[in-house]
Amino acid sequence: MAEQERRQRPADRKGDESDRSEIETTGAAEEISDRIDDLLDEIDTVLEENAEEFVKNYVQKGGQ
Amino acid sequence: MALRKVLGTETEFGITVLNQAAFNPVVASSAVVSSYAGNRSRIQWSLDEESPGRDLRGFRIAEGPGIDFETGLVNTVLTNGARLYVDHAHPEYSSPECADPRSAALYDKAGERVMVEAVEAAQRLLGPDERLVVHKNNTDGKGNSYGAHENYLIARAIPFDRIVRHLTAFFVTRQIFTGSGKIGSENGRPPVDYQITQRADFFEEEIGLETTLKRPIINTRDEPHADPSRYRRLHVILGDANRSEVQTFLKLGTTALVLDAIEDGAFPDPIELVDPVREVWSVSHDPKLEYAMETTDRGRLTALEIQWQYLDVIQQYARSIGVGPVWTQVLGEWEQILLDLETDPRSTADRLDWTAKLRILEGYRSRDGLAWNDSKLRLLDLQYHDVDPQRGLYQRLVDRGAIRRLFDDQQVELATIEPPEDTRAFFRGTCVHRYPEALVSANWDSLVFDIGEETLKRVPMMEPLRGTRRHVASMLEASPTAAAMIRALGGNDG
Repeated sequence: MAEQERRQRPADRKGDESDRSEIETTGAAEEISDRIDDLLDEIDTVLEENAEEFVKNYVQKGGQ
Repeated sequence: MALRKVLGTETEFGITVLNQAAFNPVVASSAVVSSYAGNRSRIQWSLDEESPGRDLRGFRIAEGPGIDFETGLVNTVLTNGARLYVDHAHPEYSSPECADPRSAALYDKAGERVMVEAVEAAQRLLGPDERLVVHKNNTDGKGNSYGAHENYLIARAIPFDRIVRHLTAFFVTRQIFTGSGKIGSENGRPPVDYQITQRADFFEEEIGLETTLKRPIINTRDEPHADPSRYRRLHVILGDANRSEVQTFLKLGTTALVLDAIEDGAFPDPIELVDPVREVWSVSHDPKLEYAMETTDRGRLTALEIQWQYLDVIQQYARSIGVGPVWTQVLGEWEQILLDLETDPRSTADRLDWTAKLRILEGYRSRDGLAWNDSKLRLLDLQYHDVDPQRGLYQRLVDRGAIRRLFDDQQVELATIEPPEDTRAFFRGTCVHRYPEALVSANWDSLVFDIGEETLKRVPMMEPLRGTRRHVASMLEASPTAAAMIRALGGNDG
Protein backbone atom coordinates (compact mmCIF):
# COMPACT_ATOMS: atom_id res chain seq x y z
CA MET A 1 0.00 0.00 0.00
CA ALA A 2 2.78 2.36 0.96
CA GLU A 3 4.48 1.32 -2.25
CA GLN A 4 1.41 2.23 -4.28
CA GLU A 5 1.18 5.67 -2.72
CA ARG A 6 4.77 6.36 -3.60
CA ARG A 7 4.25 5.36 -7.20
CA GLN A 8 1.19 7.59 -7.54
CA ARG A 9 2.71 10.77 -6.20
CA PRO A 10 4.87 11.57 -9.21
CA ALA A 11 1.85 11.20 -11.51
CA ASP A 12 -0.17 13.68 -9.43
CA ARG A 13 2.61 16.22 -9.52
CA LYS A 14 3.01 15.67 -13.23
CA GLY A 15 -0.65 16.67 -13.68
CA ASP A 16 -0.12 20.00 -11.94
CA GLU A 17 3.02 20.68 -13.88
CA SER A 18 1.50 20.06 -17.35
CA ASP A 19 -1.31 22.52 -16.61
CA ARG A 20 1.19 25.15 -15.70
CA SER A 21 3.46 24.64 -18.70
CA GLU A 22 0.47 24.75 -21.07
CA ILE A 23 -0.36 28.24 -19.89
CA GLU A 24 3.25 29.33 -20.21
CA THR A 25 3.74 28.04 -23.74
CA THR A 26 0.57 29.49 -25.25
CA GLY A 27 1.59 32.29 -27.58
CA ALA A 28 5.27 31.93 -26.68
CA ALA A 29 6.25 29.48 -29.44
CA GLU A 30 7.22 32.17 -31.94
CA GLU A 31 9.33 34.00 -29.42
CA ILE A 32 11.18 30.78 -28.56
CA SER A 33 11.96 30.03 -32.21
CA ASP A 34 13.24 33.62 -32.70
CA ARG A 35 15.49 33.16 -29.70
CA ILE A 36 16.95 29.88 -30.97
CA ASP A 37 17.60 31.39 -34.43
CA ASP A 38 19.37 34.28 -32.78
CA LEU A 39 21.43 31.86 -30.65
CA LEU A 40 22.48 29.82 -33.70
CA ASP A 41 23.53 33.00 -35.53
CA GLU A 42 25.70 33.93 -32.57
CA ILE A 43 27.24 30.44 -32.39
CA ASP A 44 28.02 30.62 -36.13
CA THR A 45 30.37 33.53 -35.38
CA VAL A 46 32.44 31.60 -32.78
CA LEU A 47 32.38 28.08 -34.22
CA GLU A 48 35.80 26.65 -35.19
CA GLU A 49 36.31 27.08 -38.91
CA ASN A 50 37.09 23.64 -40.22
CA ALA A 51 34.68 21.25 -38.50
CA GLU A 52 35.88 18.11 -40.25
CA GLU A 53 39.55 18.82 -39.55
CA PHE A 54 38.92 19.75 -35.92
CA VAL A 55 36.87 16.64 -35.20
CA LYS A 56 39.33 14.36 -37.03
CA ASN A 57 42.34 15.67 -35.11
CA TYR A 58 40.69 15.61 -31.70
CA VAL A 59 42.19 12.53 -30.05
CA GLN A 60 42.57 12.22 -26.25
CA LYS A 61 44.58 9.24 -25.09
CA GLY A 62 45.63 8.27 -21.58
CA GLY A 63 42.64 9.20 -19.43
CA GLN A 64 41.04 7.62 -16.38
CA MET B 1 24.05 9.90 12.89
CA ALA B 2 25.80 9.93 9.54
CA LEU B 3 29.23 11.42 9.25
CA ARG B 4 29.31 15.01 8.05
CA LYS B 5 30.06 14.76 4.35
CA VAL B 6 33.36 16.18 3.18
CA LEU B 7 33.40 16.17 -0.60
CA GLY B 8 35.22 17.34 -3.69
CA THR B 9 35.73 16.79 -7.42
CA GLU B 10 38.58 15.91 -9.77
CA THR B 11 38.47 16.89 -13.43
CA GLU B 12 40.72 15.75 -16.27
CA PHE B 13 40.42 18.28 -19.07
CA GLY B 14 40.64 17.47 -22.77
CA ILE B 15 43.50 19.31 -24.50
CA THR B 16 44.63 20.03 -28.03
CA VAL B 17 46.78 22.57 -29.88
CA LEU B 18 45.51 23.67 -33.28
CA ASN B 19 47.97 24.06 -36.17
CA GLN B 20 50.82 22.36 -34.31
CA ALA B 21 52.32 19.42 -36.17
CA ALA B 22 54.35 18.20 -33.19
CA PHE B 23 51.46 18.40 -30.70
CA ASN B 24 52.18 16.29 -27.63
CA PRO B 25 49.43 16.26 -24.98
CA VAL B 26 51.84 15.67 -22.07
CA VAL B 27 53.99 18.63 -23.05
CA ALA B 28 50.96 20.83 -23.69
CA SER B 29 49.40 19.84 -20.34
CA SER B 30 52.67 20.57 -18.53
CA ALA B 31 52.81 23.99 -20.20
CA VAL B 32 49.26 24.78 -19.08
CA VAL B 33 49.80 23.69 -15.47
CA SER B 34 53.19 25.35 -15.04
CA SER B 35 52.07 28.61 -16.70
CA TYR B 36 49.28 29.26 -14.24
CA ALA B 37 50.13 32.48 -12.41
CA GLY B 38 48.53 31.27 -9.20
CA ASN B 39 51.29 28.66 -9.29
CA ARG B 40 54.16 31.12 -8.94
CA SER B 41 55.58 29.48 -5.84
CA ARG B 42 55.47 25.98 -7.44
CA ILE B 43 55.07 24.04 -4.25
CA GLN B 44 55.28 20.37 -5.09
CA TRP B 45 52.53 17.95 -4.37
CA SER B 46 54.00 14.99 -2.50
CA LEU B 47 52.93 11.48 -3.41
CA ASP B 48 54.51 9.84 -0.34
CA GLU B 49 51.24 9.06 1.36
CA GLU B 50 49.30 8.03 -1.70
CA SER B 51 48.60 4.45 -2.70
CA PRO B 52 45.96 4.35 -5.43
CA GLY B 53 46.43 0.57 -5.69
CA ARG B 54 44.83 -0.09 -2.30
CA ASP B 55 41.37 -1.63 -2.51
CA LEU B 56 38.39 -0.89 -0.22
CA ARG B 57 37.68 -4.62 -0.15
CA GLY B 58 40.98 -5.24 1.57
CA PHE B 59 43.56 -6.31 -1.03
CA ARG B 60 46.07 -4.52 -3.19
CA ILE B 61 46.80 -4.80 -6.87
CA ALA B 62 50.42 -5.15 -7.84
CA GLU B 63 52.16 -1.89 -8.59
CA GLY B 64 54.54 -3.61 -10.97
CA PRO B 65 56.02 -2.52 -14.27
CA GLY B 66 53.52 -1.20 -16.77
CA ILE B 67 51.26 0.38 -14.16
CA ASP B 68 51.98 4.07 -14.29
CA PHE B 69 49.75 5.86 -11.82
CA GLU B 70 51.26 9.32 -12.19
CA THR B 71 53.51 11.05 -14.64
CA GLY B 72 54.81 13.18 -11.77
CA LEU B 73 55.86 15.83 -14.27
CA VAL B 74 54.11 18.88 -12.92
CA ASN B 75 52.23 18.58 -9.71
CA THR B 76 51.41 21.62 -7.60
CA VAL B 77 49.18 23.00 -4.87
CA LEU B 78 47.23 26.28 -5.11
CA THR B 79 46.35 28.88 -2.50
CA ASN B 80 42.72 27.75 -2.62
CA GLY B 81 43.88 24.35 -1.38
CA ALA B 82 43.39 22.60 -4.75
CA ARG B 83 45.86 20.39 -6.59
CA LEU B 84 46.73 21.32 -10.19
CA TYR B 85 48.79 18.80 -12.13
CA VAL B 86 49.37 16.67 -15.19
CA ASP B 87 47.66 13.31 -14.93
CA HIS B 88 48.62 10.96 -17.75
CA ALA B 89 48.11 13.21 -20.79
CA HIS B 90 45.64 15.73 -19.33
CA PRO B 91 45.75 18.81 -17.14
CA GLU B 92 43.82 17.96 -13.99
CA TYR B 93 42.31 20.08 -11.25
CA SER B 94 41.37 18.44 -7.94
CA SER B 95 39.20 20.75 -5.88
CA PRO B 96 39.95 21.38 -2.22
CA GLU B 97 37.91 19.46 0.34
CA CYS B 98 34.55 21.14 0.84
CA ALA B 99 32.01 20.76 3.64
CA ASP B 100 28.83 20.98 1.56
CA PRO B 101 27.75 20.53 -2.10
CA ARG B 102 27.29 24.25 -2.73
CA SER B 103 30.88 24.95 -1.74
CA ALA B 104 32.04 21.93 -3.76
CA ALA B 105 30.16 23.16 -6.85
CA LEU B 106 31.80 26.58 -6.44
CA TYR B 107 35.31 25.11 -6.19
CA ASP B 108 34.60 22.85 -9.17
CA LYS B 109 33.66 25.96 -11.19
CA ALA B 110 36.78 27.72 -9.87
CA GLY B 111 38.77 24.90 -11.52
CA GLU B 112 37.38 25.98 -14.91
CA ARG B 113 38.47 29.56 -14.20
CA VAL B 114 41.96 28.34 -13.20
CA MET B 115 42.12 26.48 -16.50
CA VAL B 116 41.04 29.57 -18.50
CA GLU B 117 43.80 31.66 -16.91
CA ALA B 118 46.37 28.87 -17.30
CA VAL B 119 45.52 28.45 -20.99
CA GLU B 120 45.82 32.22 -21.60
CA ALA B 121 49.27 32.20 -19.97
CA ALA B 122 50.47 29.07 -21.79
CA GLN B 123 49.22 30.46 -25.12
CA ARG B 124 52.05 33.02 -24.96
CA LEU B 125 54.56 30.16 -25.32
CA LEU B 126 53.09 29.11 -28.66
CA GLY B 127 53.71 30.13 -32.25
CA PRO B 128 51.52 32.78 -33.93
CA ASP B 129 49.20 30.28 -35.67
CA GLU B 130 49.07 27.77 -32.83
CA ARG B 131 46.15 27.82 -30.45
CA LEU B 132 45.59 25.89 -27.23
CA VAL B 133 42.09 24.54 -26.73
CA VAL B 134 40.95 22.98 -23.44
CA HIS B 135 37.62 21.24 -22.94
CA LYS B 136 35.84 20.27 -19.75
CA ASN B 137 34.43 17.06 -21.20
CA ASN B 138 35.01 13.31 -20.88
CA THR B 139 35.50 11.81 -24.32
CA ASP B 140 37.03 12.47 -27.73
CA GLY B 141 34.20 10.61 -29.47
CA LYS B 142 36.71 8.00 -30.68
CA GLY B 143 36.63 5.62 -27.74
CA ASN B 144 38.99 7.51 -25.41
CA SER B 145 37.49 8.68 -22.14
CA TYR B 146 38.92 10.69 -19.25
CA GLY B 147 37.43 11.20 -15.86
CA ALA B 148 35.42 13.54 -13.75
CA HIS B 149 35.55 11.97 -10.32
CA GLU B 150 33.68 12.77 -7.12
CA ASN B 151 34.87 12.03 -3.60
CA TYR B 152 32.80 11.63 -0.46
CA LEU B 153 34.08 10.96 3.05
CA ILE B 154 32.14 8.11 4.66
CA ALA B 155 32.39 6.23 7.93
CA ARG B 156 34.72 3.22 7.95
CA ALA B 157 32.25 1.42 10.22
CA ILE B 158 29.59 1.09 7.51
CA PRO B 159 29.89 -2.27 5.72
CA PHE B 160 30.96 -1.57 2.17
CA ASP B 161 28.52 -4.10 0.67
CA ARG B 162 25.62 -2.16 2.20
CA ILE B 163 26.80 0.95 0.40
CA VAL B 164 27.09 -0.94 -2.89
CA ARG B 165 23.61 -2.50 -2.60
CA HIS B 166 21.85 0.82 -2.06
CA LEU B 167 24.00 2.95 -4.32
CA THR B 168 24.07 0.98 -7.59
CA ALA B 169 20.49 1.74 -8.75
CA PHE B 170 20.93 5.36 -7.67
CA PHE B 171 24.12 5.74 -9.73
CA VAL B 172 22.55 4.12 -12.79
CA THR B 173 19.47 6.35 -12.68
CA ARG B 174 20.97 9.67 -11.51
CA GLN B 175 22.51 9.84 -15.00
CA ILE B 176 19.28 11.49 -16.20
CA PHE B 177 20.38 14.65 -14.38
CA THR B 178 24.17 14.18 -14.25
CA GLY B 179 24.83 13.70 -17.99
CA SER B 180 26.56 16.23 -20.22
CA GLY B 181 25.28 14.71 -23.48
CA LYS B 182 27.03 13.13 -26.46
CA ILE B 183 26.39 12.37 -30.12
CA GLY B 184 26.62 8.66 -30.96
CA SER B 185 27.99 5.74 -28.97
CA GLU B 186 31.49 4.37 -28.28
CA ASN B 187 33.28 1.32 -26.92
CA GLY B 188 31.18 -1.14 -28.95
CA ARG B 189 27.83 -0.07 -27.54
CA PRO B 190 24.78 -0.12 -29.87
CA PRO B 191 24.43 2.87 -32.19
CA VAL B 192 22.41 5.85 -30.97
CA ASP B 193 21.90 9.38 -32.37
CA TYR B 194 22.32 11.25 -29.10
CA GLN B 195 22.74 10.05 -25.53
CA ILE B 196 22.43 11.59 -22.08
CA THR B 197 25.98 11.05 -20.81
CA GLN B 198 29.56 11.16 -22.02
CA ARG B 199 30.81 8.33 -19.81
CA ALA B 200 28.16 5.57 -19.73
CA ASP B 201 29.52 3.65 -22.73
CA PHE B 202 32.79 3.02 -20.88
CA PHE B 203 31.46 1.13 -17.84
CA GLU B 204 31.93 -2.61 -17.94
CA GLU B 205 31.89 -3.92 -14.35
CA GLU B 206 29.63 -3.55 -11.32
CA ILE B 207 32.44 -3.13 -8.82
CA GLY B 208 36.23 -2.96 -8.98
CA LEU B 209 39.44 -1.03 -8.59
CA GLU B 210 40.19 0.01 -12.15
CA THR B 211 39.73 3.54 -13.47
CA THR B 212 41.23 3.28 -16.97
CA LEU B 213 40.10 -0.15 -18.21
CA LYS B 214 36.99 -2.18 -17.43
CA ARG B 215 35.65 0.76 -15.45
CA PRO B 216 33.29 -0.25 -12.60
CA ILE B 217 30.02 1.43 -11.52
CA ILE B 218 31.33 1.40 -7.96
CA ASN B 219 35.05 2.02 -7.62
CA THR B 220 36.72 0.36 -4.65
CA ARG B 221 39.88 2.45 -4.37
CA ASP B 222 40.61 2.67 -0.64
CA GLU B 223 42.72 5.74 -0.11
CA PRO B 224 40.97 7.87 2.50
CA HIS B 225 43.60 10.65 2.70
CA ALA B 226 42.47 10.77 6.33
CA ASP B 227 42.53 8.58 9.45
CA PRO B 228 41.95 5.14 7.88
CA SER B 229 40.54 3.68 11.10
CA ARG B 230 37.63 6.14 10.98
CA TYR B 231 37.12 6.99 7.33
CA ARG B 232 36.70 5.75 3.81
CA ARG B 233 36.72 8.02 0.80
CA LEU B 234 34.15 6.88 -1.74
CA HIS B 235 35.75 7.55 -5.13
CA VAL B 236 32.98 7.91 -7.70
CA ILE B 237 34.02 7.55 -11.32
CA LEU B 238 30.58 7.15 -12.96
CA GLY B 239 29.79 10.77 -13.67
CA ASP B 240 30.30 13.44 -16.30
CA ALA B 241 32.17 16.71 -16.00
CA ASN B 242 29.41 19.31 -15.86
CA ARG B 243 29.60 22.91 -16.97
CA SER B 244 26.28 23.78 -15.32
CA GLU B 245 26.70 24.87 -11.70
CA VAL B 246 23.20 23.73 -10.77
CA GLN B 247 23.93 20.32 -12.24
CA THR B 248 27.20 19.88 -10.34
CA PHE B 249 25.38 20.95 -7.17
CA LEU B 250 22.59 18.43 -7.83
CA LYS B 251 25.01 15.60 -8.63
CA LEU B 252 27.05 16.13 -5.46
CA GLY B 253 24.15 17.05 -3.17
CA THR B 254 21.86 14.15 -4.04
CA THR B 255 24.70 11.64 -3.82
CA ALA B 256 25.84 12.96 -0.43
CA LEU B 257 22.28 12.74 0.91
CA VAL B 258 21.86 9.17 -0.34
CA LEU B 259 25.16 8.24 1.35
CA ASP B 260 24.01 9.87 4.60
CA ALA B 261 20.76 7.92 4.49
CA ILE B 262 22.63 4.66 3.80
CA GLU B 263 24.94 5.32 6.75
CA ASP B 264 21.93 5.98 9.01
CA GLY B 265 20.11 2.87 7.79
CA ALA B 266 17.20 4.93 6.43
CA PHE B 267 16.63 2.84 3.31
CA PRO B 268 14.23 -0.09 3.27
CA ASP B 269 15.16 -2.99 0.98
CA PRO B 270 17.40 -1.85 -1.87
CA ILE B 271 16.15 -1.62 -5.46
CA GLU B 272 18.28 -4.24 -7.19
CA LEU B 273 18.79 -4.24 -10.96
CA VAL B 274 19.10 -7.51 -12.84
CA ASP B 275 21.89 -6.19 -15.08
CA PRO B 276 23.30 -2.89 -13.77
CA VAL B 277 26.13 -2.67 -16.32
CA ARG B 278 23.69 -2.97 -19.22
CA GLU B 279 21.39 -0.41 -17.60
CA VAL B 280 24.16 2.20 -17.32
CA TRP B 281 24.28 2.61 -21.08
CA SER B 282 20.62 1.73 -21.65
CA VAL B 283 19.54 4.67 -19.46
CA SER B 284 22.07 6.94 -21.13
CA HIS B 285 20.92 5.90 -24.62
CA ASP B 286 17.33 6.94 -23.87
CA PRO B 287 16.99 10.74 -23.93
CA LYS B 288 13.19 10.41 -24.08
CA LEU B 289 13.36 8.80 -20.62
CA GLU B 290 10.96 5.99 -21.50
CA TYR B 291 13.19 2.94 -21.02
CA ALA B 292 12.19 0.62 -18.17
CA MET B 293 14.84 -1.60 -16.60
CA GLU B 294 14.34 -4.95 -15.00
CA THR B 295 14.61 -5.14 -11.20
CA THR B 296 14.98 -8.34 -9.21
CA ASP B 297 11.65 -8.05 -7.39
CA ARG B 298 9.74 -4.92 -8.49
CA GLY B 299 9.13 -5.55 -12.17
CA ARG B 300 10.33 -2.99 -14.72
CA LEU B 301 10.94 0.60 -13.64
CA THR B 302 12.06 3.69 -15.51
CA ALA B 303 14.99 5.78 -14.30
CA LEU B 304 12.52 8.48 -13.25
CA GLU B 305 10.42 6.02 -11.23
CA ILE B 306 13.52 4.80 -9.41
CA GLN B 307 14.66 8.38 -8.76
CA TRP B 308 11.25 9.25 -7.28
CA GLN B 309 11.61 6.33 -4.89
CA TYR B 310 15.05 7.52 -3.77
CA LEU B 311 13.77 11.08 -3.37
CA ASP B 312 10.85 9.84 -1.30
CA VAL B 313 13.13 8.02 1.15
CA ILE B 314 15.48 11.00 1.34
CA GLN B 315 12.67 13.52 1.93
CA GLN B 316 11.42 11.46 4.87
CA TYR B 317 14.97 10.99 6.12
CA ALA B 318 15.69 14.74 5.89
CA ARG B 319 12.50 15.56 7.79
CA SER B 320 13.40 13.07 10.51
CA ILE B 321 16.91 14.40 11.13
CA GLY B 322 16.29 18.08 10.25
CA VAL B 323 18.65 19.52 7.61
CA GLY B 324 20.16 22.96 6.96
CA PRO B 325 19.42 25.35 4.08
CA VAL B 326 21.95 23.94 1.60
CA TRP B 327 20.42 20.47 1.90
CA THR B 328 16.90 21.90 1.65
CA GLN B 329 18.03 23.53 -1.59
CA VAL B 330 19.34 20.15 -2.84
CA LEU B 331 15.97 18.55 -2.10
CA GLY B 332 14.09 21.36 -3.85
CA GLU B 333 16.27 21.21 -6.97
CA TRP B 334 16.05 17.40 -6.99
CA GLU B 335 12.25 17.34 -6.89
CA GLN B 336 12.01 20.08 -9.51
CA ILE B 337 14.40 18.40 -11.93
CA LEU B 338 12.45 15.12 -11.73
CA LEU B 339 9.17 16.97 -12.31
CA ASP B 340 10.60 18.86 -15.27
CA LEU B 341 12.29 15.82 -16.82
CA GLU B 342 9.01 13.95 -16.51
CA THR B 343 6.99 16.76 -18.10
CA ASP B 344 9.43 17.61 -20.90
CA PRO B 345 13.22 17.12 -20.75
CA ARG B 346 13.62 20.24 -22.92
CA SER B 347 12.35 22.31 -20.01
CA THR B 348 15.61 21.51 -18.15
CA ALA B 349 17.86 23.19 -20.75
CA ASP B 350 18.43 26.05 -18.28
CA ARG B 351 20.07 23.62 -15.79
CA LEU B 352 21.37 20.46 -17.49
CA ASP B 353 24.23 20.25 -19.96
CA TRP B 354 22.72 17.35 -21.89
CA THR B 355 19.46 19.13 -22.63
CA ALA B 356 21.13 22.53 -23.20
CA LYS B 357 23.45 20.94 -25.76
CA LEU B 358 20.60 18.98 -27.34
CA ARG B 359 18.69 22.23 -27.85
CA ILE B 360 21.62 23.66 -29.83
CA LEU B 361 22.06 20.47 -31.87
CA GLU B 362 18.34 20.23 -32.66
CA GLY B 363 18.40 23.90 -33.70
CA TYR B 364 21.23 23.27 -36.18
CA ARG B 365 19.61 20.09 -37.44
CA SER B 366 16.39 21.87 -38.23
CA ARG B 367 17.99 25.06 -39.60
CA ASP B 368 20.73 23.43 -41.72
CA GLY B 369 19.18 19.99 -42.28
CA LEU B 370 22.20 18.18 -40.77
CA ALA B 371 22.41 14.42 -40.17
CA TRP B 372 23.50 13.28 -36.71
CA ASN B 373 26.91 12.16 -37.99
CA ASP B 374 27.68 15.53 -39.63
CA SER B 375 31.07 16.94 -38.61
CA LYS B 376 29.50 20.26 -37.75
CA LEU B 377 27.25 18.67 -35.12
CA ARG B 378 30.23 16.76 -33.72
CA LEU B 379 32.16 20.01 -33.51
CA LEU B 380 29.25 21.67 -31.68
CA ASP B 381 29.22 18.67 -29.30
CA LEU B 382 32.90 19.31 -28.49
CA GLN B 383 32.83 23.09 -28.49
CA TYR B 384 30.02 23.17 -25.93
CA HIS B 385 32.74 22.18 -23.43
CA ASP B 386 35.50 24.62 -24.53
CA VAL B 387 36.53 26.54 -21.38
CA ASP B 388 37.32 29.64 -23.47
CA PRO B 389 34.84 32.35 -22.41
CA GLN B 390 34.31 33.51 -26.02
CA ARG B 391 34.24 30.23 -27.94
CA GLY B 392 32.73 27.84 -25.40
CA LEU B 393 29.06 27.32 -26.26
CA TYR B 394 28.09 26.77 -22.61
CA GLN B 395 29.41 30.25 -21.87
CA ARG B 396 27.49 31.70 -24.82
CA LEU B 397 24.30 30.32 -23.24
CA VAL B 398 25.24 31.75 -19.84
CA ASP B 399 25.92 35.19 -21.31
CA ARG B 400 22.48 35.18 -22.93
CA GLY B 401 20.86 34.31 -19.62
CA ALA B 402 19.77 30.91 -20.95
CA ILE B 403 21.52 28.98 -18.15
CA ARG B 404 20.74 29.53 -14.48
CA ARG B 405 23.79 30.03 -12.25
CA LEU B 406 24.46 29.56 -8.55
CA PHE B 407 27.46 31.88 -8.34
CA ASP B 408 28.60 35.14 -9.86
CA ASP B 409 31.97 35.72 -11.54
CA GLN B 410 33.43 37.46 -8.47
CA GLN B 411 32.65 34.49 -6.24
CA VAL B 412 34.28 32.13 -8.73
CA GLU B 413 37.37 34.34 -9.12
CA LEU B 414 37.74 34.59 -5.34
CA ALA B 415 37.45 30.80 -5.04
CA THR B 416 40.48 30.40 -7.32
CA ILE B 417 42.52 32.21 -4.63
CA GLU B 418 40.89 31.72 -1.23
CA PRO B 419 40.42 28.24 0.29
CA PRO B 420 37.13 27.01 1.76
CA GLU B 421 36.99 28.08 5.42
CA ASP B 422 35.38 25.01 6.90
CA THR B 423 37.76 22.15 6.07
CA ARG B 424 41.51 21.44 6.43
CA ALA B 425 41.90 22.99 2.93
CA PHE B 426 41.88 26.29 4.83
CA PHE B 427 45.11 25.37 6.61
CA ARG B 428 46.74 24.01 3.43
CA GLY B 429 45.77 26.95 1.22
CA THR B 430 46.65 29.57 3.82
CA CYS B 431 50.09 28.01 4.38
CA VAL B 432 50.72 28.04 0.61
CA HIS B 433 49.86 31.74 0.64
CA ARG B 434 51.69 32.72 3.85
CA TYR B 435 54.78 30.49 3.87
CA PRO B 436 55.63 29.67 0.23
CA GLU B 437 59.40 29.77 0.89
CA ALA B 438 59.29 27.30 3.77
CA LEU B 439 56.63 24.94 2.45
CA VAL B 440 58.48 22.08 0.76
CA SER B 441 55.55 19.94 -0.27
CA ALA B 442 51.86 19.51 0.29
CA ASN B 443 49.46 16.63 0.24
CA TRP B 444 45.82 15.95 1.11
CA ASP B 445 46.75 14.88 4.63
CA SER B 446 50.07 16.59 5.42
CA LEU B 447 52.33 19.57 4.81
CA VAL B 448 56.14 19.45 4.98
CA PHE B 449 58.12 22.56 5.97
CA ASP B 450 61.82 23.44 5.89
CA ILE B 451 62.34 25.93 8.71
CA GLY B 452 66.12 25.85 8.55
CA GLU B 453 66.61 23.11 11.13
CA GLU B 454 68.28 19.77 10.68
CA THR B 455 65.07 17.90 9.93
CA LEU B 456 62.07 18.81 7.83
CA LYS B 457 58.90 19.38 9.81
CA ARG B 458 55.83 17.46 8.79
CA VAL B 459 52.38 18.64 9.89
CA PRO B 460 49.83 15.82 9.58
CA MET B 461 46.21 16.69 8.80
CA MET B 462 44.39 13.41 9.27
CA GLU B 463 41.06 15.01 10.21
CA PRO B 464 39.43 16.72 7.20
CA LEU B 465 37.22 18.90 9.42
CA ARG B 466 40.11 20.29 11.48
CA GLY B 467 42.47 23.00 10.31
CA THR B 468 39.46 25.20 9.52
CA ARG B 469 39.39 28.98 9.85
CA ARG B 470 37.81 28.60 13.27
CA HIS B 471 40.60 26.24 14.39
CA VAL B 472 43.72 27.88 12.98
CA ALA B 473 43.13 31.42 11.65
CA SER B 474 44.25 33.25 14.80
CA MET B 475 47.26 30.95 15.23
CA LEU B 476 48.31 31.55 11.59
CA GLU B 477 47.81 35.32 11.89
CA ALA B 478 49.99 35.35 15.00
CA SER B 479 52.75 33.41 13.19
CA PRO B 480 54.74 35.63 10.81
CA THR B 481 56.95 32.69 9.76
CA ALA B 482 56.55 28.97 9.25
CA ALA B 483 58.98 28.42 12.13
CA ALA B 484 56.73 30.40 14.44
CA MET B 485 53.72 28.47 13.23
CA ILE B 486 55.43 25.11 13.83
CA ARG B 487 56.37 26.30 17.35
CA ALA B 488 52.77 27.35 17.96
CA LEU B 489 51.61 23.89 16.88
CA GLY B 490 54.04 22.33 19.35
CA GLY B 491 56.52 20.98 16.77
CA ASN B 492 56.45 17.70 14.96
CA ASP B 493 59.57 16.14 13.49
CA GLY B 494 59.07 14.68 10.06
